[in-house]
Parts: sequence; C-alpha cells; structure tokens
Amino acid sequence: MRVLVLVKYTPDLVSDRAFAADGTVDRAAVDGNLSELDEYAVEQALQIAEKGSDVEVTYLTMGPAEATGALRKALSMGGDKGIHVLDDSLHGSDYLSTSLVLAEAIKKAGFDLVITGMASTDGNGGVISAMLAERLGVSQVTLAGEILSVDDSSVTIRRDGDLASMTITGALPAVVSVTDQTGEARYPSFRGIMAAKNKPVETWSLADLGVDAELVGLAGAGTSVESADRRPPRTAGEIVTDDGDGGIKAADFLVSNKLV
Amino acid sequence: MAEVLVLVDHIDGSVRKPTFELLTLANRIGEPSAVFLGAGYSEDARKTLADHGAEKVYVVDSADVTDYLVAPSAEALAAVVAQSSPAAVLLVSSQDGKEIAARLAVKTNSGLITDATDVEASDKGPVATASAFAASWKVSSVATSGTPIITVKPNSADVTEVAGAGTEVRVDVSFSDLAKSAKVSDVRPRAASGRPDLGEASIVVSGGRGLGGAENFAVVEALADALGGAVGASRAAVDAGWYPHPFQVGQTGKTVSPQVYIAVGISGAIQHRAGMQTSKNIIAINKDNEAPIFELADLGIVGDLFKVVPQLTEEIIKRKS
Ligand SMILES: Cc1cc2nc3c(=O)[nH]c(=O)nc-3n(C[C@H](O)[C@H](O)[C@H](O)COP(=O)(O)OP(=O)(O)OC[C@H]3O[C@@H](n4cnc5c(N)ncnc54)[C@H](O)[C@@H]3O)c2cc1C
Ligand SMILES: Nc1ncnc2c1ncn2[C@@H]1O[C@H](COP(=O)(O)O)[C@@H](O)[C@H]1O
Repeated sequence: MRVLVLVKYTPDLVSDRAFAADGTVDRAAVDGNLSELDEYAVEQALQIAEKGSDVEVTYLTMGPAEATGALRKALSMGGDKGIHVLDDSLHGSDYLSTSLVLAEAIKKAGFDLVITGMASTDGNGGVISAMLAERLGVSQVTLAGEILSVDDSSVTIRRDGDLASMTITGALPAVVSVTDQTGEARYPSFRGIMAAKNKPVETWSLADLGVDAELVGLAGAGTSVESADRRPPRTAGEIVTDDGDGGIKAADFLVSNKLV
Repeated sequence: MAEVLVLVDHIDGSVRKPTFELLTLANRIGEPSAVFLGAGYSEDARKTLADHGAEKVYVVDSADVTDYLVAPSAEALAAVVAQSSPAAVLLVSSQDGKEIAARLAVKTNSGLITDATDVEASDKGPVATASAFAASWKVSSVATSGTPIITVKPNSADVTEVAGAGTEVRVDVSFSDLAKSAKVSDVRPRAASGRPDLGEASIVVSGGRGLGGAENFAVVEALADALGGAVGASRAAVDAGWYPHPFQVGQTGKTVSPQVYIAVGISGAIQHRAGMQTSKNIIAINKDNEAPIFELADLGIVGDLFKVVPQLTEEIIKRKS
C-alpha cells in the first residue's frame, strides 16, 4: 500500500508571525517547522506501516526551499522518502491553487491513501483535504479522532463532530485527515535522525507536474488580501493578589462593567 | 439585486442560530436565500428562515446528505449555485461547513475565504474580515474568481429579523456514485448540557489543569450556571479526560469571543489563546503570578481557584437575588 502524507512547513507558533507587504504569510522573517498538526498525520502513517506489510510511506510538501525541513523532520520519525514541490511561481498560492498543485503531485506520485493534518497551523483552514478528495475524485474520510481500521480496500475512522460522534467508512483510494485526538506523535530517535539523511528526497517543479504557472501563486489565486493589520496587543489590566476577597473583587468587576 | 446563498445549519430541521447571523450578513451584500439540505424540512423551518430575511428557500430533501459525509452536500449546493448564479455563498465555519465550502470552491473554481468574523459589501464584492496568527492579526480579503465562498464563525453578527418572502423552491439532485463514497454510520449524538452553546454564549467559564481532577469541574460549572454561561476547558483538561473534547477552547478546539471569558487554572499557552484572545473581557484566576494568561487579563486574580471561584459564585448568586 502506498501512503502519502502531506506535511506543511509553517512558521513557529511562538515566534512573532507576520504578513509581508504583499499580503502573504511572511515565511522568511521567522523560523519554521513541520506543522505541529501534521505530526499527527505522520504518526498515524507510521503506525499503519508498522501494522501492515509492504506499506510505503512518502511525504509530500509544497513550499519554499526551507520546506525540506518538514520532510527531514518527518523522515527522521520514520518512513521512506520525500517529495518537495518547489517553484518560485508558487509564492502566494491560496487554497484553490495549493490544492491544484498538491493534487497533481499526488497523482504523479501514485497513492492508495493520502493522510493530512486537520489544519495548517498558519492558515488554520482545514479545507485542503476536502479539496483534494474533490479534485482526485476519491473518498473523503476526514477529521479522524481515531483511525479504526485500514485494509487494502477501505478505511474506517471515528469522526467527532460538534453534535455527534460517528463512524465513517470509505473505499480506497481515499483522503484521510487526522486530528490531534489521534495520539501524540513519536520523537525522532538519534538513529532516525541519522537515517533520514540518507533517505531520498525528490524535487519537482511546476513543469514536472504539467501545471501552468498562471494558475498558481498570486497570479492564480482565487482570493486577494485587501489589508492585513496587526491588532493592538491586549493591554494587561489589573492584577490583584487574593487576600480572602478575590471572588468579591471579580464580582465587583463584573457588576461595575455591567457584565452581569 | 443578486441572490446570496446561505447554507442552513440545522439539527433534524430545527434551524440553529448561526444561520440567522448569516442571513443578516447576506442581507448586507445582496438578497438572502436559504439552502436547506437533508431530512427534517418543515413549514416551521421555512417560516423561521423567511422571518430572518430569506427571499427563497431552496430545499434538497434527501437522506443521502446525512448518510454520506460532506460530498453529497457539496453536490447539492453546487446544483443550487448553478441554477441561481448567486453573488456569494455563506456557510457556517463548522467542520462540515468548511469542508462543504472547500468542495464547492473546487467545483465552481471559486475563491474561498474561511473563518470570517465580518462580511461587508464593497465595489470589489463582499469583503471578509478574519483573524490570523492566534488572533494577533486582522486580515480583509475578497474573492477574485468565481463565486465568493465565505465561511463565517458563529457569533459574528447580531441577528436582525426582517421579513423575506420565503418562497419554497424544491431542487432535485441525483447524486453521483462518488458523492456516496464515504458512508456515515453509528451516529452518537452528544448529550445536551442544558447550558448555552459554547460558540454562542456571552459568558464562558473555562477550566484547566489547575482544577486537578474531573470532579472539580463542578466548581467551574457552578460559576457558569450562576452567570448563565457556557463551560469550556483547556486541552490539558480534555486530554486528562476531565471534560469532553467538544468543550475544548483553542487552536484545535472552539474559538470563542464572548463578552466575558473567565479562565480558571489555565496557564494561557499560545494554542489556548488562539481560541479566546478576542473575548471582550477576560478574567483570569491562577495561583502563579507569572502565568502568561495574566498578560491578556482585564482582571487577574492571583490566588487559589478553590477559594476564589466559590466565593465569586456565591457573590453572584447573592447579588442577583
Ligand atoms: C498541536 C497542539 C494543539 C493544541 N491545541 C490546544 C487547544 O486547542 N486548546 C488548549 O487549551 N490547548 C491546546 N494545546 C495545549 C497547550 O499547548 C497547553 O498545553 C494547554 O493549553 C495547557 O492547559 P492548561 O493551561 O490547563 O494547563 P497548564 O499549562 O498545566 O496550566 C495549569 C495552570 O493552573 C494553575 N493552577 C494550578 N493549581 C491551581 C489552583 N489551585 N488555583 C489556581 N491556579 C492553579 C497553574 O499555576 C497553571 O498556570 C495544544 C497543543 C498542541 C501541541
Ligand atoms: N503547502 C502544503 N504542503 C503540504 N501539505 C499541505 C500544504 N498545505 C496544506 N497541506 C496539508 O493539508 C492540511 C490542511 O491544510 P489547510 O487546509 O491549509 O489548513 C495540512 O495539515 C497539511 O497536511
């Protein structure tokens, strides 16, 4: 079985993340990482590989040169190889064009199961997986809180919705996304980190995928950012130490601000 | 004026409040029409949608929409888009809403904007405002291709009641085999808590690891009940099994923006902040005076939650009576 895991390289959560003048995420100003939420996808793929026989795990990322960092991190956790879609014209791609490029790369790589994170930690969209299922014309089995079973013909998950929890079963090939409820991801071992250095990583350009540059990047985006502004930081208010009347002070605050 | 489609969020036909918020927003940018998918449609549903401004109510009454995940809803909505050529489509930013929007965007080659907190008309079409980077940025964007598809967070508009004609339009959709490729089974509805919905409540009281155990959530619940608010939890509390996941506030839980957010025994990690930073007033109760949550608190109380919270609850009950 060919398992393809989508890993995104995203700005570090605790850094001072910002937008560049062209309205795109400033990826140069701050350090990046394999998106925390994609680690859960890597973990689930590795568990499938450990349980099954003849499972090949490939990681796919689309992003600037630094994005190989996401592939290396994933490869140090386990898995077989990486694919990096790298092309200057991809800068500024939105959901529509990102999903287009990823879908073409997925087709070229070949797959039985695509596994993604629940959302990117920068955009927080949570939409790429559904877009990929639509573009690829395969089952959408998304937002798994738990992968219940996978075999050569189908995948079954538990999806925890707002109003109900449910079981979803889809035929392979399928796109699965996993939430942070699926269980903590493993740490790379020293051996894993060393082994990752020798695992193959291919770099594909748009030309390799046969995608027209007009359809991607800022030129091909279906949305345009009109303005991006930093919110004024919240100013800390009054901090008091409880001297036996902390609850009364809180009640005073609520009452004097007409909040109750 | 061009139609603006609003996908109805409902439970077995009973329309949920975010739908009315979307109809209100739709009214600003065009003529609102509601799209009702799935089973449970009734005259009551039609009437309440009309009372909130829906000129038309498109109905695709089919069990396929609930028997299979997301894909049939996207096909049905695409069919309505094809027949109405709307100026925009608005959906609730829920798990399902976002994924339906995602597939619709591909089907119609349209610009997709997620998690908007406001939508306004402009000469470039609807402008959507959203938060980014744990709510430290505010971004406005427009769609430049196809039909703007915008998912909107609950609580983003004050609901206004305006009469619409509410003309019912039945739409027949024959679903593709692909739409029926992910089967839904074993649906277990969550027990209702009897409290306001977390995403919609004007007061939220959340508990964290500082509570020390599931049984101590009673302290948080008592305060929430005294205030008529909802209960939330940090991921640490959820992971420990003290409170169910649908109540988690933060990056991988709910985003809330209430009048008052009370954080009890929560340190204020970036992933938690991402879900509550835009609350109008924040009160934090924590025994560690260096907890980062105090950086955002309008009122911070450094103290033992087991003393402060029951006293606050008692005081609220006293002052209310
Ligand atoms: C991918 C990912 C996604 C995440 N998503 C979320 C999310 O959606 N939501 C979320 O909340 N977190 C999320 N987290 C986790 C987040 O990083 C923090 O670990 C979590 O928010 C901590 O929860 P906490 O504040 O309850 O616990 P802690 O950080 O342990 O804080 C407990 C606090 O309670 C205080 N305390 C203890 N006893 C008392 C007492 N008796 N009286 C008063 N105060 C007391 C302590 O001083 C401390 O500040 C995520 C993490 C990752 C990696
Ligand atoms: N540029 C990218 N490269 C690789 N995977 C991506 C990329 N963008 C999104 N994904 C995958 O799609 C998931 C959902 O992303 P999003 O819809 O952007 O929140 C992520 O968790 C990733 O697994």
